[in-house]
Amino acid sequence: MVTDATTMSRASVAQIWEWLDAVPDPEIPVISVVDLGIVRDVTWHGDVLQVAMTPTYSGCPATSVIAMDIETALRDHGIDRITIQTKLAPAWTTDWLSDKGRAQLEKYGIAPPRAAGGPGHCPHCRSADVERISQFGSTPCKAQWRCRSCLEPFDYFKCI
Amino acid sequence: MQGALFDYLLRQGDTALILGHRLSEWCGVAPALEEDIAMANTALDLIGQTQMWLGYAAEVDGQGRTADDLAFRRDVWDFRNLLLVEQTNGDFGKTVMRQFLFDAFDVANLTALQGSTDPRIAEIAAKSVKEAQYHLERSRETVIALGDGTAQSNARMQAALDLLWSFTGEMFAMDDVDHTLAQDGTVPDLAQLQPGWTRTVNAVFTEAMLTPPESSHAQLGGKTGARHSEHLGHMLATMQFLPRAYPDARW
Repeated sequence: MVTDATTMSRASVAQIWEWLDAVPDPEIPVISVVDLGIVRDVTWHGDVLQVAMTPTYSGCPATSVIAMDIETALRDHGIDRITIQTKLAPAWTTDWLSDKGRAQLEKYGIAPPRAAGGPGHCPHCRSADVERISQFGSTPCKAQWRCRSCLEPFDYFKCI
Repeated sequence: MQGALFDYLLRQGDTALILGHRLSEWCGVAPALEEDIAMANTALDLIGQTQMWLGYAAEVDGQGRTADDLAFRRDVWDFRNLLLVEQTNGDFGKTVMRQFLFDAFDVANLTALQGSTDPRIAEIAAKSVKEAQYHLERSRETVIALGDGTAQSNARMQAALDLLWSFTGEMFAMDDVDHTLAQDGTVPDLAQLQPGWTRTVNAVFTEAMLTPPESSHAQLGGKTGARHSEHLGHMLATMQFLPRAYPDARW
């Protein structure tokens, strides 16, 4: 890693996206904040780096933790002057979840969002015989489902 | 105009805050785990929306106050929430009925506010309506499940509807604040939202074997601050205790 401060403060935007892709979501640590689609923009304004973020759900308590994690990660890479801007529009949508993120969710046991409004199959045994328990779950972004084949409950990342 | 906008933002923010706090009173004591989680999540969405509305209100006010200051350092007479949302939780049926009557209005109102000529209001509405649609889906299903359930659950839902009905008219009552802001398209004409709301709730009541009262008498005074019910002060005493007793407390 280069440590020279001037070089670091001019790290390329592509490099910064790569660093941010290593910052995990605090509640679903298998996906990054970039996979989640909440980092909307990264731009240099002189020697100040501006990161635009958008909240998933308006009351999600993870939002402020994520902003802190992003700032910490960038500081660790030598960027001292950072402003985090919260952007409300366009409103976050599950369409912004990356394909990598979707695959990671499924592997972790959380069914990824689908336009159909429900999971395609159980993330544990892959049976399509699933039913909804509740549209609300352990975090604002998830619903509770159950598999009628393996009888395991599982989380579904609901569409918004 | 700025005064009207500030008042309007307080109405939106206070209504979300008071209902969010009411729902949070169920946390840990709801009749089923799934319902407990659903109400806590709905409360969380509403508190998140409160931060956006009151955050904007504080900016418009321009006196250096924050959303937290507005939430925790005003007394009953300064609150501008709808009377409906400050009503006590009662039994689970009453809480669900209160939620449904509000959610049906909330979705219609936020949908209209997405077209506001004030871009900030349009943004907040676009963000909030996605959450409100999930709230309505659940409260609608639960009203039907309980209304068309047992004789006891039906009786409780009918009693809740009879009790809360007179608080629904305030959602559509236009006053000077609404008229001023509706003129340039900052907010919708509330009276125009009422027929759609009535169709939505009546369709659900039919499925739920419930009969809305015939009276159109409306209890008013929440959103103008003229007359809150006794319940609001008791709730604020709990909600505001910590930041008032320990004003220097930090997370």
